Amino acid sequence: MGRRGAMQELLVRFAIGGVVVSLFAMLGDVFRPKSFAGLFGAAPSIALATLGLTIAHDGKGYAAVEARSMILGAAAFCLYAASVSWALMRYKRSTLATTLTLMPVWLGTSVGVLLLALVRR
Amino acid sequence: MMLSVKLSALKESRAHEYVLRFMFGGACTVLAGVIAKRFGPEVGGLFLAFPAIFPAGASLIESHEKRRKREAGMNGTRRGREAASLDAAGAALGAIGLVGFAAVVWFGLSRWNAAGVIAGATAVWSLVSVGLWMLRRHRHVHMPR
Repeated sequence: MGRRGAMQELLVRFAIGGVVVSLFAMLGDVFRPKSFAGLFGAAPSIALATLGLTIAHDGKGYAAVEARSMILGAAAFCLYAASVSWALMRYKRSTLATTLTLMPVWLGTSVGVLLLALVRR
Repeated sequence: MMLSVKLSALKESRAHEYVLRFMFGGACTVLAGVIAKRFGPEVGGLFLAFPAIFPAGASLIESHEKRRKREAGMNGTRRGREAASLDAAGAALGAIGLVGFAAVVWFGLSRWNAAGVIAGATAVWSLVSVGLWMLRRHRHVHMPR
């Protein structure tokens, strides 16, 4: 794929990702109560936006390997979101500060477990 | 509180907040693709479940709740934080659904039609997330404290 083709692919990914993430965020806006609306914060928006393109360009096998790692990323997301929920009530800091401060929980858990799995393989 | 849909809530978000979400969503999707290309599908796959939009979404919920309380003559700081905390608790359940989504895609892609697998995985995400939310709510309402 040439430079121009790669740039076009990035633009397509950007547009599809923006639309899909915005749609799920809007769904989260309209539902009540807040705990139900929160489900949409962990919707498979990025995956839905990219899986089709990935399968088209790199094949089903490549996408399946991505999905296997996504299981770890999603489990780490669960731990991260639960930590944020607890910390917001415990430490009385702003939501933005809390969510960003705890981001290493997601990164550390997901990358750490993946590395562990790769080393043990 | 009963499950309900409030379409007027869409008017509470300002234009720049919609733009911000679009940009974040687009940037994270590109980032996931670039990381997969650079480091391979194993590392790239993690970023399909990256909580990218979550900080912005939870912060918007806090600011909307504060704004609403301020308009009613109250401070709203505590209420805003509580709303964001509830949103995060919901996201934790949604993330368990996300594990189900990824497992179905991983298992199904080598066996069945890709479009059907992705549709099935989305259905699994919805069922698991909503099912867990209903279970939690049932326990919350019926369990003695």
